[in-house]
Amino acid sequence: MSSPTTPRSTRSKRGRDSEASSPASSKSATPSRRSARGTGSNPTTPSRRSTRGTPAKEDIVSSPPSQRRRVDTSPLAQMPTSPPTGAPKDLDTSLFSSPGASNKGATGTSDIDLSSPLNYGTPSSRGTPRTPGGGGTPIRPRSDIRSDRKLRTVPVGSDNLDASKATSEVSSEVNAGPQLVIWGTDVVVSHCKEKFAQFVQRFIDHEVAEDERMEGMDIEEPYYLQKLEEISLIGEPYLNFNCEHLRQFDPDLYRQLVCYPQEVIPTFDMAVNELFFSRHQDVQLPHQIQVRPYNCERTKNMRSLNPEDIDQLITISGMVIRTSTLMPEMREAFFKCYVCQNTVSVEIDRGRIAEPTLCQNCNTNHSFGLVHNRSQFTDKQQVKLQESPEDMPPGQTPHTVSVYAHSDLVDKVSPGDRITITGIYRATPLRANPRQSNVKSVYRTHIDVVHYRKMDVHRLRQESNEEEENVVRYTEERVKELQELSKKPDIYERLAHAIAPSIYENEDIKKGILLQLFGGTRKDFTNSGRGKFRSELNVLLCGDPGTSKSQLLQYVHNLVPRGTYTSGKGSSAVGLTAYITKDPETNQLVLQTGALVLSDNGVCCIDEFDKMNDSTRSVLHEVMEQQTLSIAKAGIICSLNARTSVLAAANPVESQWNKNKTIIENIMLPHTLLSRFDLIFLILDPQDELFDRRLANHLVSLYYQSAEQQEEEFIQMSLLRDYLSYAKQYIHPTISEDAGQAFIQAYVDMRKIGSGRGQVSAYPRQLESLIRLAEAHARMRFSQVVEVSDVEEARRLHREALKQAAVDPSTGKIDISILTTGISGAARKRRAELAQTVKKLIQEKGKVPTLKYSKMFDETRERSDALITKEMFNEALQDLQDDSYILRTGNVIRILE
Amino acid sequence: MPGLDDWLNSPLDIIQGLYSHHGQDFSPKVKEYFEKRLSDRNALSWVPSLNDTPLHDLKPNSLVKFRCMIQDMFDPEFFLSAYETVDTKTGESFMKNGQYKDIAQCLPHQKINLDSPRNVTGDRQTLYCVPIPGEAQWCKESFHSASRAKVVPSSSSKQVRCKRGLEDDEQDMEVRSSEAMDVAAAAAATSSGLQPDSAEAKRPRTDGVEAQLNSPSINLNFPLSEETGPACLVKIYENGDSYKVNDIVEFVGVLSIDPAMANFKEESSEHALLQDQAMDMEEESVHHPPPSLVPRLHAITAYRLQHCNPHLPVEIEDVTNKDFVSSVLQEAQSLRSHIVSVLELALFGDALAVEYLLCHLISSVYARRDVVALGKFCLNLSGCPRSSSFPQSLYQLIQELTTKSYMLPMSLENMNTLSFSPKKDYTANRLNSGILQLAERTHLFLDETALEPGQLDANGVKNLTALGNVINWQKVEYDFNFHHQDFHCNIIPIILSEGKSLLPSDCHVPLQLVTPLDKIEESFSAIGSYLTPALLTKIRTYLGLVQLLNYSIAEDVQKSLEEDFVSMRRQDANAMKVDDFHSLLVLARLLSLSYGQTELTRAMWNKAKTLEQERKCRLSAQ
Repeated sequence: MSSPTTPRSTRSKRGRDSEASSPASSKSATPSRRSARGTGSNPTTPSRRSTRGTPAKEDIVSSPPSQRRRVDTSPLAQMPTSPPTGAPKDLDTSLFSSPGASNKGATGTSDIDLSSPLNYGTPSSRGTPRTPGGGGTPIRPRSDIRSDRKLRTVPVGSDNLDASKATSEVSSEVNAGPQLVIWGTDVVVSHCKEKFAQFVQRFIDHEVAEDERMEGMDIEEPYYLQKLEEISLIGEPYLNFNCEHLRQFDPDLYRQLVCYPQEVIPTFDMAVNELFFSRHQDVQLPHQIQVRPYNCERTKNMRSLNPEDIDQLITISGMVIRTSTLMPEMREAFFKCYVCQNTVSVEIDRGRIAEPTLCQNCNTNHSFGLVHNRSQFTDKQQVKLQESPEDMPPGQTPHTVSVYAHSDLVDKVSPGDRITITGIYRATPLRANPRQSNVKSVYRTHIDVVHYRKMDVHRLRQESNEEEENVVRYTEERVKELQELSKKPDIYERLAHAIAPSIYENEDIKKGILLQLFGGTRKDFTNSGRGKFRSELNVLLCGDPGTSKSQLLQYVHNLVPRGTYTSGKGSSAVGLTAYITKDPETNQLVLQTGALVLSDNGVCCIDEFDKMNDSTRSVLHEVMEQQTLSIAKAGIICSLNARTSVLAAANPVESQWNKNKTIIENIMLPHTLLSRFDLIFLILDPQDELFDRRLANHLVSLYYQSAEQQEEEFIQMSLLRDYLSYAKQYIHPTISEDAGQAFIQAYVDMRKIGSGRGQVSAYPRQLESLIRLAEAHARMRFSQVVEVSDVEEARRLHREALKQAAVDPSTGKIDISILTTGISGAARKRRAELAQTVKKLIQEKGKVPTLKYSKMFDETRERSDALITKEMFNEALQDLQDDSYILRTGNVIRILE
Repeated sequence: MPGLDDWLNSPLDIIQGLYSHHGQDFSPKVKEYFEKRLSDRNALSWVPSLNDTPLHDLKPNSLVKFRCMIQDMFDPEFFLSAYETVDTKTGESFMKNGQYKDIAQCLPHQKINLDSPRNVTGDRQTLYCVPIPGEAQWCKESFHSASRAKVVPSSSSKQVRCKRGLEDDEQDMEVRSSEAMDVAAAAAATSSGLQPDSAEAKRPRTDGVEAQLNSPSINLNFPLSEETGPACLVKIYENGDSYKVNDIVEFVGVLSIDPAMANFKEESSEHALLQDQAMDMEEESVHHPPPSLVPRLHAITAYRLQHCNPHLPVEIEDVTNKDFVSSVLQEAQSLRSHIVSVLELALFGDALAVEYLLCHLISSVYARRDVVALGKFCLNLSGCPRSSSFPQSLYQLIQELTTKSYMLPMSLENMNTLSFSPKKDYTANRLNSGILQLAERTHLFLDETALEPGQLDANGVKNLTALGNVINWQKVEYDFNFHHQDFHCNIIPIILSEGKSLLPSDCHVPLQLVTPLDKIEESFSAIGSYLTPALLTKIRTYLGLVQLLNYSIAEDVQKSLEEDFVSMRRQDANAMKVDDFHSLLVLARLLSLSYGQTELTRAMWNKAKTLEQERKCRLSAQ
């Protein structure tokens, strides 16, 4: 067998998909069969036919491939090939395997170092047309990990490393020859390969993240073997692997991967392909499996990138702001001699084509011309990534970085996507002007992406859960800190206090807002036909002007990552929902989303809710219960998700709250909308001396606060923010048996209150509110179970809010019907009484066919002790009319019967 | 001054020397060396300033300074921090320093070895800096006259013309009308040669406009379109993260105007194969404008400026300036009465409005409690006569007194067409500036009397909301297309309106005219003669200083304030709400400061209460 430096492969130029790299076993492959296949499948490149062969060593472990190959129509080779330690024996194969020989067929191969096993799969290997044994699977070069410099390997010693030899049956021959160390690194190719193969075979991950799961996987089995299984079924030849797993498995290999990605990734590729084709011998893939690492630990903020990261594997997150159109990038130029029609292919090296000057066939100088449609191109796309708004230090503008996506990663992202990319950081020097000796000393930098991980990929899916979105990773210390915080007995008060500390007291309101921020658990019973239940809590604050409602809203808006703030005065239905605009440049119609859609999964703060016009408000009906938003505009009909909590503030109609009126009368909002709020709070000026004193103290202290205190507060705010998002991400409380009973009891109690008076005092909507509140409270405690105590607090808060909002001023009692029907039970009773009075009056009149309206009104007023307004009288008449007792036409009342 | 010329004219030689001596970690030494030279503020006056020296009079690679506001921050760039040069004749190689320059240079017989393993890659930050928006003319002139840099202009008159010529009509008009003051100010300045400057101002106006029209100008992205002066790309080598957008900084560094930097396009086409330039084209032209228009400055040191008042020391809280501060404060009382009488002339003799206007002039956001900005004091003067020269005249007065100001007539056209909030342009990858991108403590003079009934379009509504946000929360929402980001600001807005303004305000004062309206011109000319140059300087110093003072409330005063609040609420809870108490506290603070007192006294508190009472009376009387 030849030395390990024998190139294992030769090149294929075009039509890789059809041109199968033939099994190159010396035993099985016969020239005649191979050429026949070649011609059939790839008639355009007759000259390439002979270059398909790859020297490969017969795999000892797997069953003799020759038989199978003979059976299959498209012969699939199944030998995992190690760096060719075996030399081809017959003339045919050796011809393909030695560079000299292959150059006969395709002249002009450049001086790429074919001796390195790393040429495998990298563009510098110029399209090695071979997968290890994968008969039907062509090799596609990876442009994402192209190296600018040529790889050089240095043989170090020649003793075998037997220690690891037995570990992997597949790659057991790897160490047969002298070791190869990639020049300039400490990467030993054979070790690297073997270790990675072991990693794939053995690594078991017990905590698989949500988006890494696949169907029918068994977490007790090696994770990546299952992945390979999946590849064999689905046929997407990409193996994404989590660098964190590798780090747990072999920190040293991980370090090598991070430091020398462009050398190590191809090695991984090799290992995986060998493994794959040994396990799934008859699978045909579009091209060889490419390994895509992600989540490497060096996850960086865009700001912390520095020259040390050049040529290393980095993972950074950000938002896509621009994508270019697809750029075909020439990978291999095809030249033809004008004189003798001799053709030469030249690979692009660092962006340049070394145009052949001398035709070796006819010895003519400068006779070559480029043939465009026979050159090879790969897809490429430039993407601009901007750091995500959360990473932006206050007061600075965001940084951007250029990213190049290659081949099938092109068009995988679109502007606005939040993604985490893993790629190799590159710096290209600006070329010196050959006429000038001075050089511009600035580099151009970009990232060659190898993996995209979309953060909100699931956002559009209906069944999405919060934890899949916006995956924020917390450091261990932070998690610990949060956990400890959640254990504190007074956590509820603490957190409530942390909300808008500059606003004095109003504890219950802050608690309400706090629970709103946590939200209930999202429930989906679509499968059982009951639809979805809203998990977001809606809160309405009403009260006197100047009671810092706006300030609370502003605070919440600043606190939550996806919050929007609008004022009822300024927002139209259009601004809240979505609208269509025409791009002035392209004349394209663009769907622009408004505040409600923008705050999907956030909080939409609406100030001056009462000033909003009716048509705008009507939009909110759908949003606040169904959590969707339907648009039918300019030919676009769609339903957008708007799973947003609404925090609204309203002022009373008469600038001050009238205690003698119900809430409906005070803020003049339709009850249909009011009943959609889980909590309605009144913020009133308390007018109490003790309160005033403490308030004054609080206010004055605002004005001489030191800078340190401010710092402290800032930390509190960020802590609160983390606490909230952590809870939303990881805590999904379910209702315990006891709590369920408590809910039932609470609901029954609520119903009972009114039943004595023949009124309905609670509706299922109130029960739903209670459940949401209790869930939010449990979530706040970082508890996965809703307990009785949560129900109690939910009830207390609900009652507090009701006490303020749903009190019937005429009776002083809480009356839920104010919120559900717009009038209180007592008012309804009064109306019925009045109708009776009027009826009596009419009966007293005897047999008169008609009565005058104004006269009746005056008489009724005389009869009654209480003041009767025209409206009340009209309502009473209406009631009678509904009973078909009278018929009113204009000013005449006709008595029926 | 021996030795002076060396570090001024050829700083790069000194830097190379330090590099050869100290090796790669020489940057602290460079900073140390130059800071030592500049430790005396006096020495700084020898450094020519980009602000007032035309670019063609400055030597490339010399030391210059630039007083500016950071408008945008570009991405960090990697560069050759040290490189190897090889002598083509002898084959010897040297290491050269690549910091503080754009071009890696070598002598004709040398070659740069780009592949050398000894080359070091460094990274630096690029800041896009513009002259301080709305900086008063008197500030500029005063800085200019204080400069002792020996720049020999090629032809002085041409230079002056060029500098002034770019100013637009509006500014020229006010130069003319407030000529009396202007000349006086110029006379006060020590340097000669300023007098002809301002006298000449009117004439070259027209050619300036022409010049603007003719040049297919690169948008220099100034927040205020009237602004003149060079924009500059400042490269910083350290503490990149400590700079914020809208900071005022004075950079001292090496000027780089090598024309080679402009020909980016030509060069890039060379390897267009590798990097498709289609998407970068626009960005390149914005990020690498011709250095003749936007010079590069490689900052060696930077002075963060709290203010741009030439009469104040840079560091007010510094111990060395204690005497200065106390001397000004001693005079505070008398200066205050001077300025009160000036303002009284301007505000038709309305004493109450004068008090509020004075407080407004020295207000500034000094702290933030969650979303609340403390210390803001937006004033709404209503009852201003419509279509008179009053707003214009008042603005000119304010311009004379303050360092940074901008007048915005809120006409429908302005509201609908101007862009107020900065917006990110992703094609060019830069932040397009807006009027509200202003430095700290800029006075924003809103003239609502210019507003006519009519249709506000979407942009107009957005602009109005932006103004509302500035007034209420002291924040500006920058538009990054995919998201909006709030940036805190510290802008001091005043609104002149006929009735109550449609914008919110902290304090609404209806004007009560004591002197008749037609006396306006007389009043303002009287002001002109009242403000002697010496007095003007003192008033400017006073106003600038008290704005920056620290303020405290003693324990016992706090107690009595609380008592007061409780008792006032007992009397009438509706007359004293939380918001009223807030504004009282702010007013008391500003009043105290205006008297030069850094601690609140009972007397001041009572004065503030009386003022508020009087104002409320006036409001309810309306």
